[in-house]
Amino acid sequence: MKFVDEFRDGGAVRICLERIRATVTQPWTIMEVCGGQTHTILRYGLDELLPPEVSLVHGPGCPVCVTPIEMIDLAIEMAGHPRIMLCSFGDMLRVPGSSCDLFDARAAGADVRIVYSPLDAVNLAERETSREVVFFAVGFETTAPTTAMAIVHASRRKLPNFSVIAAHVRVPPAMEAILASPGNRVQGFLAAGHVCTVMGIEEYWPIVNKYKVPIVVTGFEPVDLLQGVAMCITQLESGRAELQNQYVRSVRTAGNRSAQALMADVFEVVDRRWRGFDVLPRSGLGLSQRYAAFDTVHRFGLKAGRAVEPVECQAGEVLRGLIKPPQCPAFAKECSLDHPLGAPMVSSEGACAAYFRAGRLASVGSEAQ
Amino acid sequence: MSDSGQDRGSKQFALNCPSPLQKDAVILLGHGGGGRLTAGLVRDLFLPRLSNPILDRLNDSAEVRGGSGRLVFTTDSFVVNPLRFPGGDIGSLAVNGTINDLAVVGAQPLALSAAFILEEGFAIAELAAIAQSMSEAAHAAGVEVVAADTKVVERGKADGVFITTSGIGVIPDNIQLGPERAQQGDAILVSGPIGDHGIAVMSAREGLEFETTVGSDCASIHSLVCGMLAAGGGIRCMRDPTRGGVATILNELAKSSGVEMIIDESAVPVRDAVRAACEILGLDPLYVACEGRLVAIVDDACAEQILAAMRAHPLGTGACRIGTVTKGTEPRVVLRTAFGPTRILDLLAGEQLPRIC
Repeated sequence: MKFVDEFRDGGAVRICLERIRATVTQPWTIMEVCGGQTHTILRYGLDELLPPEVSLVHGPGCPVCVTPIEMIDLAIEMAGHPRIMLCSFGDMLRVPGSSCDLFDARAAGADVRIVYSPLDAVNLAERETSREVVFFAVGFETTAPTTAMAIVHASRRKLPNFSVIAAHVRVPPAMEAILASPGNRVQGFLAAGHVCTVMGIEEYWPIVNKYKVPIVVTGFEPVDLLQGVAMCITQLESGRAELQNQYVRSVRTAGNRSAQALMADVFEVVDRRWRGFDVLPRSGLGLSQRYAAFDTVHRFGLKAGRAVEPVECQAGEVLRGLIKPPQCPAFAKECSLDHPLGAPMVSSEGACAAYFRAGRLASVGSEAQ
Repeated sequence: MSDSGQDRGSKQFALNCPSPLQKDAVILLGHGGGGRLTAGLVRDLFLPRLSNPILDRLNDSAEVRGGSGRLVFTTDSFVVNPLRFPGGDIGSLAVNGTINDLAVVGAQPLALSAAFILEEGFAIAELAAIAQSMSEAAHAAGVEVVAADTKVVERGKADGVFITTSGIGVIPDNIQLGPERAQQGDAILVSGPIGDHGIAVMSAREGLEFETTVGSDCASIHSLVCGMLAAGGGIRCMRDPTRGGVATILNELAKSSGVEMIIDESAVPVRDAVRAACEILGLDPLYVACEGRLVAIVDDACAEQILAAMRAHPLGTGACRIGTVTKGTEPRVVLRTAFGPTRILDLLAGEQLPRIC
């Protein structure tokens, strides 16, 4: 398959590994920001192929994982009202709130729908005029343009029964929060290629300059990730801190200007609480004044409470890259895919789920190796 | 069937000559009432399509003559959405699915039953198309539907039509297969490319429509199994990888036999179009359903012979070996990735859901 096979090629993987081995002379800790990258690493066992000096820690780039519990509680509360039809992406339905998840709410009678695009929710609102359709919008700058497009469509079609719980977040403030935290171990980043496809790369220069860390914008296939690691290690070993783009087949320096213009029209940058991080300044996307009528919270006069996260779950430490999932005391004990305590065990992009699925609980393939 | 259809029924009924169905007729609650509407539906819609001497008697139970051997009995419910998809529909699925459950335990299918839960308002023309599809699938497999039932529920309490099929079959005395029989050193075979059915259904699902050349692999595999069983023995067990795909059934077999299985990811056959769809949706083809494939655990010494028998059958031309049974430390399935490292191929916690971004 073109544009896939060449980036999963065993020969190319070996060349990247040889380059990394030839370059590295001392221990380095690199964080891959995006959950999709984490899953590729675990899926192909790339971390096992790297020399022991290179340690990969997994970042906060899973949209489901960083959505705070109170937002999920808010969505569950909304879904409980008889006139509401709550729509979201499938992964969101499994994430536990304070007392239950959206699947539980559905089983208890709430009208909760899985959609594959925010525009599907707009179409539902147009069709079901007697219902209030609420789209629970999560994700980074990658999915935010699709929510923006849905709101513009709803506005053009003058739909009075469509609104959005806007839980979109921005990546750069989280990277900065990680670097600024006292226990930080991260010495270089593999930035999220898809986010940069939308936003471009310029907004990462201030982080590179302020914290003197290499940032390599990286793709999602095995060869992409190993190339990203090689570029990062080369900078670290030579004492440089620069912004580089490994994912040139997708990422332009300026990004996707149409998507950015749409986002600038529909959203405004706000402070937002993240799971595992508390409130990060300028890290969220709320609806702009112009589209305030489509803001569920505004329309229904809601106020999110402050939920308490389960004490035994160390999702916050995992999301900040301070520990790896198996280091959490609840991992594979109280917390599993069947009984997740925290969102990183639920989401298809969550680091805990990636470790659990790959069976990184004990030694693997005893007879095979 | 509408009132007018029911009136026509008694005059126009003829075997193998389905009466013309009124274009806009829909299922009414009365079609499940056991009275004249029900009788009309049976006479005008089901019997002309599924007719055979046993069913035509309309007795409370079907009398079936069995061969010699051990009797097997299986049942399965079908609730697919959408009802029609590239390469099949709920009717062909319900017939083939149950025949395949009989086939993979080594049984020769004898007869099927079919129970229909119909939703009030369901188009009778669509039900007729489904019955026709069941007829064609049963005919192709040489198996008959000998007992059937119909119930109607109020609008909104079902999703068009749900079908439950049951099947009986006979395993010849000399055939002994079972999920507990996998042994260290055995070969793990698959009869062809995986994931076609799941992707075909998803491509037709509302809200997710995408263009693909993939059609469902929905088919009866019992003649393929016959060829394999005739190849000289060595088959430990077989299973059709339907819900949960190949990964799920391998986990079940590993657990039943108390063995570890090593699967070579690069040996697993997946069509490019299925791979592409899985890439876009964020799915793993190893967990995507097949409806016309089988996985066989066989004695390593007989593997080539069995593979040759599989490849000689139209449904097994893509058969290949995908892994090996090992002793391991615990019952589990381990995937050796393309670059050498391994990971556990576990059961899914729930359904695979398309990713967010």
